Amino acid sequence: MEVREIIKAEKICKSFYEPTEVAILKDVSFSIQAGEFASIIGKSGCGKSTLLYILSTMDTSYSGELWIDNISMKNKKDAELARVRNEKIGFVFQFHYLLNEFNTLNNVMLPGLKLDRKSREEVEHDAYEKLKILGIENEALKMPNQLSGGQKQRVAIARALINNPLIIMGDEPTGNLDKKNSDIVFSIFKELAEVYNQSLLIVTHDNDFARSSHRIIEMEDGRIIKA
Amino acid sequence: MNLRLITNVSISLLMARLKQTMVAAFGVTFSITMFITLLSFMAGLNDMLDNLILNRTPHIRLYNEILPSKIQPVNRSSEHSNSYNFVQHIKPKEDVLSIKNSSAIINYLEKDENVYGVAPKLGVPIFYNVGNINLTGAINGIDVDAENKLFAFKDYVSSGSTSTLKNTPNSIILGLGAAKKMLVQIGDNIQITTSTGERFPLKVVGFFQSGIEEIDKVQSYTTLATTQKLLGKPNSYITDIQLKLHEINKAPAIAKNYKNLFGTEAIDIQTANSQFETGSSVRTLISYAVGITLLIVAGFGIYNILNMMIYEKMDSIAILKATGFSGKDVNTVFILIALTIGIVGGLLGLLFGFGLSTIISHIPFNTAALPKVKTYPISYNPKFYLIGAVFSLITTYLAGYFPSRKASKIDPVDIIRGK
Repeated sequence: MEVREIIKAEKICKSFYEPTEVAILKDVSFSIQAGEFASIIGKSGCGKSTLLYILSTMDTSYSGELWIDNISMKNKKDAELARVRNEKIGFVFQFHYLLNEFNTLNNVMLPGLKLDRKSREEVEHDAYEKLKILGIENEALKMPNQLSGGQKQRVAIARALINNPLIIMGDEPTGNLDKKNSDIVFSIFKELAEVYNQSLLIVTHDNDFARSSHRIIEMEDGRIIKA
Repeated sequence: MNLRLITNVSISLLMARLKQTMVAAFGVTFSITMFITLLSFMAGLNDMLDNLILNRTPHIRLYNEILPSKIQPVNRSSEHSNSYNFVQHIKPKEDVLSIKNSSAIINYLEKDENVYGVAPKLGVPIFYNVGNINLTGAINGIDVDAENKLFAFKDYVSSGSTSTLKNTPNSIILGLGAAKKMLVQIGDNIQITTSTGERFPLKVVGFFQSGIEEIDKVQSYTTLATTQKLLGKPNSYITDIQLKLHEINKAPAIAKNYKNLFGTEAIDIQTANSQFETGSSVRTLISYAVGITLLIVAGFGIYNILNMMIYEKMDSIAILKATGFSGKDVNTVFILIALTIGIVGGLLGLLFGFGLSTIISHIPFNTAALPKVKTYPISYNPKFYLIGAVFSLITTYLAGYFPSRKASKIDPVDIIRGK
């Protein structure tokens, strides 16, 4: 398999200044290859989520260098970063963040329509495909408030997949779910990684979860201690 | 940009808060309705009040006035042409009030292309004799047809008719106020005395009501020929030539021209009635101020609803931004919501404004001062509707601008990490 660096971070530092200056990330450097299923673990407050948001381009107040798909994210405008997120990154958060005004299918389609690379019909077709992978194609026309917690999270994963992103980033994606649903979500991630060769970077504090991923990045006090 | 998608998102957010958005839109509707109604009503009233005077006032009036000569004999002397001449105790020169060579002037004016119409007039002070009492009054000798054409004389004759005046010799149309004082009815004969002391009987054929009571107590109308007969003057004897022009704005320039041409005094309507212009513009200003205040209040309503919506939809905004919507896209979403409220509310407001002013224009309004007016006056000037539409868009845009900017600046990380 061809080795391709999809994310490369070099000497990323970040501090919070309120109420006093606290260095939250100290010279973090690492990279992720295409097809990798990596998880970041560490105690709360060690900076793992902060790192994820910097990698996701949503947080831009840091020093150091970040390349996504070999393109530097330095000095990019808000709209350009939005485009990068739209095209290359899929997100799954602890909370599902589905738009209550749209049904399942439309929620999944939203980033695809935003990308505006395919026709509406094609995006709809893709969305059905993704829902099928996640086993919830029957819920396509339901509204989010008619779904269970586990189903909502699966819709969120389908939404993350719609533009066939370079990488899926997750911030505690199973944090709000019970054991059964966590297992479902985890097996979905595993399937995505192994069957579809999807790269994943998941922040978690569930060690069982992390142990079953391909690579564990362990953080402590703003540094990577084991990659 | 993907405008269709953005519009879609806007509409769904709007639908999710349909009740509040409707309330906000209703605020705009209400203010535009009131704006239109207020301005239409005020403009209608202004027009009516102006017409009360302007319809009755010639654009240019040519007349003679007894004045001291501007050029004294000493100034004509070549001996003293290089010196300052001081003449004291100048008295007005003796002159007749009638316009010299009036028929030639009228002929000339009727051919002038600026002139819409010419009406000669002969004004004389008289006394109405009621038993032993003499009431002061004034008679205007008029050309009935010209007066009807230029000043809608007919409209102000509240009973009787102008054609009877024209066809009956020695007849008079009395001011309503004067008639009430004298207790006369149509068909009665009255006695008048001219300034030279001659008595004259006249037959009352109608009553005249100008809407200005002071005038109605004094003024009466006869034909030119009757007045000339009263005075014992020939039929070229007139004191005023009244003109209406095609374009009222040209009046001052033309008046000046005629003054030199005919050697009479000439006064234009703008100079004679400047106070009406001022009154109208101040009233209009006040109605605009009230209307715009209403709109601004509605703008605050929209501002509120959008702010609330943004607080409620923080999560949605965060995820939109996380999945690739830029700040500008989010901004557009909320501006679109604001403009939708503005357009829908504004259009309804224009419609309701039109409806309400139509209703007002059918409400009976009877006043003794205005015999012609039966209902409240309304002006349907399209300018008000245009201003209303433009202002509703501007205020809603401004009301949407700040909340939208706030939404576009929301940092998704703050929201997502806060959960």
